[in-house]
Amino acid sequence: MSDMQSVRHAFGEALAQIGKVNQNVVVLDADLAPATKVDDFGKAVPERFFQVGIAEQNMIGMAAGLASLGFIPVTSTFACFATTRVLDQIRVVVAQPRLNVKMAGAYVGVLAGKTGKTHQAIEDIAVFRGMPNMTVISPADANEMRAAVRAMIDYDGPVYLRVSRDPWPVFMPEGQFTIGKATVLCEGRDVTIISTSMMTAHALLASQKLAGEGISAHILNVSTLKPIDVDAIVAAADKTGLVVTAEDHNIYGGLGAAVAEVLGEHRPTLMRRVGVRDTFTETASNPELLGKYGLTPDDIVAAAKDLLARAR
Amino acid sequence: MTSFDQATVERLQQQAQQLRRLVVDLTHQGQCGHPGGSMSLAEIMSCLYFEVLNIDPARPQWEDRDRLILSKGHAAPIYYAALAEKGYFSPALLGTYGKLDTILQGHPDMHTPGVDMSSGSLGQGLSPALGMALGAKLKGKSFHVYAILGDGECQEGQIWEAAMVAPHFGLNNVTVVVDKNRLQLTDFVENAVSIDPLGDKWKAFNWHVIEIDGHNVAELLAAFAEAKETVDKPVAIIAHTTKGKGISFMENEVSWHSRAPSDAEYDQALKEIMLACKGDF
Repeated sequence: MSDMQSVRHAFGEALAQIGKVNQNVVVLDADLAPATKVDDFGKAVPERFFQVGIAEQNMIGMAAGLASLGFIPVTSTFACFATTRVLDQIRVVVAQPRLNVKMAGAYVGVLAGKTGKTHQAIEDIAVFRGMPNMTVISPADANEMRAAVRAMIDYDGPVYLRVSRDPWPVFMPEGQFTIGKATVLCEGRDVTIISTSMMTAHALLASQKLAGEGISAHILNVSTLKPIDVDAIVAAADKTGLVVTAEDHNIYGGLGAAVAEVLGEHRPTLMRRVGVRDTFTETASNPELLGKYGLTPDDIVAAAKDLLARAR
Repeated sequence: MTSFDQATVERLQQQAQQLRRLVVDLTHQGQCGHPGGSMSLAEIMSCLYFEVLNIDPARPQWEDRDRLILSKGHAAPIYYAALAEKGYFSPALLGTYGKLDTILQGHPDMHTPGVDMSSGSLGQGLSPALGMALGAKLKGKSFHVYAILGDGECQEGQIWEAAMVAPHFGLNNVTVVVDKNRLQLTDFVENAVSIDPLGDKWKAFNWHVIEIDGHNVAELLAAFAEAKETVDKPVAIIAHTTKGKGISFMENEVSWHSRAPSDAEYDQALKEIMLACKGDF
């Protein structure tokens, strides 16, 4: 896990590559391209890149109109605006008619470059999990992001793609991502860690720390939040009988909630959720934020040990 | 100014009355819907569907067709009346309006033949129209895109986001029709939040503005022709109309925004429509 790559740069590069080949892909940017990295597409395919101004609601509607003609529009803004700022627009002209619009939300979770709570999207998974016809993708690293962009474009239907901001460890295999499929990263027998997005790297770091204490962790990376991989989650829970979830999101409505729903129906299992504990966050450095809001590998280790103690 | 033969004008006037009759039917039998804002659109819809639009009901997905978005989606009753009369689906289907499993939803849905974009949450319809107009340019297509807005709807911010963007992208293939019937759900628009001077607002956003009597078929046809001929700007037609037009007890009555006619009101409404047509159905 020594290699570090920026997930948003991987997103921008992959989108530009696809755009050069697929004539149907158009990108709409609400004045954030250098930050979200869709400027790569703008340089590669300027004739299908549209700067629509700081007007996200109109951007979603324009994308719906383009999709109705057979284009594959990708809308790009920060995740905080891509969700709640334009939620009714997405609901009425994208999700309800099930139009082929891809909505990329950048700067997910708390790592939003010292921009603070207005720009830290900790509700995006909850918002789109609750909306029929939506697919929600949350890649763990730059490799998975590249493959996810390709899968998103190939899929016919509305997709919300979570894009992390900062350089992050690269550990996923290249070219492997299937919508709706979770991936076992590490076989274990004592406790299961189910994670998404940048928290999967922390799950892997946590498993190394746990191994040092003689605890064997089973790790499942869930990079499609909807549709959720029920079979993989049940199988991962069966491995150990204890589940810790880890996400860069509020503990309500996100990965932890989705896993609890699956296990509650299929395999009631003792759980702990690691995530933002239903509070708005703030401006600070990445390590300070991860520490204060309980998103470090040590938080996952503590949750795992707590579960093991409770199970004893 | 383009002139139109009297026979065309009379045909479209009759068609508008037929659409009104179907709106009364629909809202009465379904015991739901929005008759007021449907009646104000009768001549506008008649002109568009039975003269202006280049469409083929046998091919609702025809790539080169003109597009129409009913942004004021609550006027669905007159939309469905026009689509049925045009032949997109059997007029018998109008009897399913308001019933379970109908394809005629309370607000327009793209799954209904002839509906080019879902709508119903106000303020949203112009933006997809711009996407379609931009897409036409990208594909080298010459079709035209129409968006029908309510005047109350112009209180929504998204309308003005879209209004700002259309001239910027040179979208001269989109025409807005504002059904300026002066009423919204709770009150007259000027009492709720005034949107006037509406024409000046569109002009300031760099649109070519045409103001007409929205119940005058000849004026509507001339405006649509002028809109097609205007190539330097997108066009906003401000159609001055009367909410509930054609049914005396509905006209300018806030309560008829969303209300189903009783049996007695239904009979009275049909009588008035028949009289207006001089019994010529």
